Amino acid sequence: MTLASYDPRVLKSNAPVPGAPDNWKRFFSFNTDAKVIGIQYITVAIFFLLIGGLLAMIMRGELITPENDLVDRTVYNGLYTMHGTIMLFMFIFPVLNGLNNLLIPTMIGAPDMAFPRLNAVAFWLVPIFGVILISSFLLPGGPANSGWWSYPPVSTQNPLGNLVSGEGMWLTAVALSGVSSIMGAVNFVTTIIRMRAPGMTFFRMPIFIWTAWAAQSLQLIGLPALTGGAIMLLFDLVVGTSFFQPEGGGDPVLYQHFFWFYSHPAVYVIILPVFGIFSELFSAHSRKPLFGYAFVALASFAIVFLGLIVWVHHFFPSGVPEWMRNLFMVTTMLISVPTGVKVFAWLATIWGGKLRLNTPMLFSLGGLFNFVFAGVTGIMLATVPIDIHVNNTYFVVGHFHYVIYGAAVMGIYAAIYHWFPKFTGRMYYEGLGKLHFFLTFIGTNLNFFPMHPLGLMGMPRRVSSYDPEFTFWNVVASLGSFLLGVSIIPFLINMISSWVRGPQAPQNPWNAIGLEWLLPSPPPAENFEENVPTVISGPYGYGTGKPLVENQSAYENQSLLEA
Amino acid sequence: MNSSSTRINYSALALVSTWTGVLVVFSFWMSRQAYHWLPVQASTAAPLVDGLFSFETALATFVFFGVISVMAWVVIFNRAEKYDMSDAEPIEGNTRLEIIWTVIPALIVFGIAFYSVRVNQKLAVLGPMEHIHRGDPIEEVGGFLGDRLPAEQVEVTARQWSWQFNYPAAKVSSTELHLPVDKPVTFRLVSEDVIHGFYVPAFRLKQDIIPGRAINLNLTPTREGRYRLRDSMYSGTWFSTNQADVVVESEAEYNSWLLQAASQPLQPGLSDAVAEYKQRQAEGARGWPTVVPAPAPMVNVPGSNQLPHNG
Ligand SMILES: [Cu+2]
Repeated sequence: MTLASYDPRVLKSNAPVPGAPDNWKRFFSFNTDAKVIGIQYITVAIFFLLIGGLLAMIMRGELITPENDLVDRTVYNGLYTMHGTIMLFMFIFPVLNGLNNLLIPTMIGAPDMAFPRLNAVAFWLVPIFGVILISSFLLPGGPANSGWWSYPPVSTQNPLGNLVSGEGMWLTAVALSGVSSIMGAVNFVTTIIRMRAPGMTFFRMPIFIWTAWAAQSLQLIGLPALTGGAIMLLFDLVVGTSFFQPEGGGDPVLYQHFFWFYSHPAVYVIILPVFGIFSELFSAHSRKPLFGYAFVALASFAIVFLGLIVWVHHFFPSGVPEWMRNLFMVTTMLISVPTGVKVFAWLATIWGGKLRLNTPMLFSLGGLFNFVFAGVTGIMLATVPIDIHVNNTYFVVGHFHYVIYGAAVMGIYAAIYHWFPKFTGRMYYEGLGKLHFFLTFIGTNLNFFPMHPLGLMGMPRRVSSYDPEFTFWNVVASLGSFLLGVSIIPFLINMISSWVRGPQAPQNPWNAIGLEWLLPSPPPAENFEENVPTVISGPYGYGTGKPLVENQSAYENQSLLEA
Repeated sequence: MNSSSTRINYSALALVSTWTGVLVVFSFWMSRQAYHWLPVQASTAAPLVDGLFSFETALATFVFFGVISVMAWVVIFNRAEKYDMSDAEPIEGNTRLEIIWTVIPALIVFGIAFYSVRVNQKLAVLGPMEHIHRGDPIEEVGGFLGDRLPAEQVEVTARQWSWQFNYPAAKVSSTELHLPVDKPVTFRLVSEDVIHGFYVPAFRLKQDIIPGRAINLNLTPTREGRYRLRDSMYSGTWFSTNQADVVVESEAEYNSWLLQAASQPLQPGLSDAVAEYKQRQAEGARGWPTVVPAPAPMVNVPGSNQLPHNG
């Protein structure tokens, strides 16, 4: 690979150019280019995915037998707490922010984010609170061990009485993560509102932009509650206040309101951008316009609105009056309406299309499969009488992992494969990608399906030992988790080897429609620089022959330079 | 979808209706199966919950397999030929269809919600919805079974990590819960430390026990047998071992159990956590420091949690 084969604009940029001298150093610096920050986020997130996954596999090792025989119970409790915390705060939010950084500016034709320095600060907080979180394993008292909900009073029991405890470090990390996410949200929302290319009206924005906007608005509304709750709990723990301590007149259930007021919407912060990814990919890889674009776009904000008024469904058995149970049951069920609008729109999009079953499309289809399963069990969970039975059992764990791993993570994999050529300038290996897909799809279902029968039978979540009648499904789940562990290997090999020595990617390998595909691969630091295109039509004109921007061929011709 | 709307494609119509029929039959079969996925029904609440679950299993099966059928069809029949780089026919939407698939799910959701609210109300009449007392002594609890049957009173104390059951009328205490079949019972749930969950899967009922409050829970067992009571709210190191057995028996057996229990001297009740903690200290702890388990409660009857149970 010689430098001469790159677009000259790429070379003068400080963007990561594979093979260009010293390009790797940019990833270890306080770089303000959103594309560098995006890759930083994704790389750090995948590192923590490996750690969180390793913790999960140790847990599944413990649960492959009914007795508590692999790790001490205190260790198990630390493992499950840190698994959830790492996966949510260190993997899934950062990886989505990585995609936001890569896609928002390029999809709307902005040179960068609205506040590039704030963007870099938000990113660099991630390794900081990551180190805080991980180093709590080294404390004499061990890490936090009261679950990722950290409900008081069990979370403020501090057997050693030390000022610096695992729980204290956990709360500090969560509060910092909240600060980082708020910084990110301010930036993403401002960028979307203020920095769109000329002609890109709201109803010409790609659905990914709509969903990112919706998700980041939820962050702005919900995060202050979580961060406030975490800080109050930290005071209870360290200073001895009693916001949530019954002895001091506090109310432990109040914390549950603070926590879930944010943490239910957090699930939509995660899944909304994945809906965006599905919308992009189903239409690009079946060569058809997205069916019912306006409905799909507006459904995102319907989900935001409803998502803010459902949080009590997480603690129906927790001393909640009946009118509240009925009210929150109905709001929760109503979310299935805008969600259904999206699912039906995707089905109508692929219907009669010309499908290309490449890795991104396979991951999207697999993700949709899992999401629909999670959707129907979600309706069951919303139903108060059923929820009373299965709340805090493995049924909830199964449902949640179908949403997060089955749908969101598979959607994120789809996005990583789909946009990998654009942002690295290299093609990945299709065979390894498909292998990754099949292992992930089978592993996910093997791991998480058995949790549903277990929950219906009455197996509580978070146990380190269980009655023997639960053994069979637990063995299946554990085998599934080990398969999921294996599934990550072809992914890592593919990503690393493709980035180092994969074939050079063309400007638009999928023949997809979107401003990002009018940029060279990888795009220069300032994206379109002075030549920002003027958008003249909606985003998914597959088969219509309508150009997306004025003078489109001038942008497309850049691919000739590379080829 | 792209054929002209005036001509009806009869073979497609036949295919779709046949397949819909197959799915309906399959969904109905699944709704029957759903009962077998749940533990035995041992309270008046259980059939109501299970009926709702069975109904939603039918709907869930139909929706899930309906969607999967469409996906499977598309994946099998709508794949592009190997070197076909062309686009598909550009259909951008259909407002009528979009309104239909917004309105129909909304109607179904309201249907489910209506059914569930009714079950909620029935359950409330049976008495599982709690009454919360903060500080003040326990008071009269709302009617159950529509009348004023005198309910058995049982005080439940949850600790890290044991369950204690007091029968104030008979002056009996136990770490095994005995209940007479077909008689309403009122529990007064109290926690001495953290939040615990009172959960008997065979009863389909669950209530969090919040420290600083006394919470009433009413239920009526309907089937004799031995069932598990599990702590359902994570409560610390020995959370998993915080289980007790619930023995539902005939009124005669129950009364003789109470009588016999009253004559027994107080002795340490069951606490697996105390036993494990002792062993852990003797062997040298492998893990991190832990909250020390509360001593086993002193009760008339320890009972057992090692016998085979029905659910
Ligand atoms: Cu929720």
